Amino acid sequence: MLYFEDFIQGRRFDYSPVRMRTDEMIAFASEFDPQPMHLDEEVGRSSILGGLAASGWHTSAVGMRMMIEAFLGDSSSQGSPGVDFMEWKKPVLAGDILSGFSLVLEARPSKTKPAIGLVKFRNEIENQSGETVAASECSVMFRRRNGEARS
Amino acid sequence: MMTLEELYQTGRKVVTGSLTFTAEDIIRFARNFDPQPFHVDEEQARHSLFGRLCASGWHTSAGWMQCFLRFWKEEARRLAAEGLHAPKLGPSPGFKELRWLKPVYAGDTITYAVTLLEARIVASRPGWRINTILCEGENQHGEPVIRFESKVIEFA
Repeated sequence: MLYFEDFIQGRRFDYSPVRMRTDEMIAFASEFDPQPMHLDEEVGRSSILGGLAASGWHTSAVGMRMMIEAFLGDSSSQGSPGVDFMEWKKPVLAGDILSGFSLVLEARPSKTKPAIGLVKFRNEIENQSGETVAASECSVMFRRRNGEARS
Repeated sequence: MMTLEELYQTGRKVVTGSLTFTAEDIIRFARNFDPQPFHVDEEQARHSLFGRLCASGWHTSAGWMQCFLRFWKEEARRLAAEGLHAPKLGPSPGFKELRWLKPVYAGDTITYAVTLLEARIVASRPGWRINTILCEGENQHGEPVIRFESKVIEFA
């Protein structure tokens, strides 16, 4: 179990590869982002994206899952106040295999909640050609070791 | 064809629609993308900072997109009825300053809105414009739960 104290500046967590499946991309887009380039392979191919492209929100959500699997799932995470920025740099196409990493940029104890610390990450997602498809920075709240006793 | 700027004055907030987050939807989304205890299990959520089952922030964010597109489809229909063409919107290069201001709990209804902040012509691409929009959502108590700024490409 990872606590706030384990997130030292410069520590890097690598993601396990995830394949972007056509059916999952269409299911996500049908519910949340039903634009033709996210739903229809033909339309995607003739658009500037070059193929059936994942909604940026889908790529972001997949990035979240990769973070969970890489480290957040076995941590004292208490959620996130937000994302400073997200750049969808290249289209994510059906069949792409995504991987990437989260890098600890800084870690500081909360001023208002003694049991909690805030960790800022740089997250990058890349495709099978090594191209960065998404880059973001976000903060996550973690309980400190023995945080229960302090709170 | 109308531009976004002609259609919506900069600075004017437009409500796009509402979405209710049921426990079932929250858990289904979270199991796929964000299976942290406070998003998938009511009992464990009670022992977290949130205190109750609440939606993944990515679910709340995707909900903004869902409501915007529903609104946009209606707008295109409304304009067509007046003999006008809605601008073509392209992919977004991303967003910034996304804040999940308050948890979205099971049963909450979020009302989303959009405000055009700035419209810029792209000098290198004739007919292209890049719009900066403010995206917001508030719960049934009028409390802001999400806000972010996004870019939207527009083609003439």
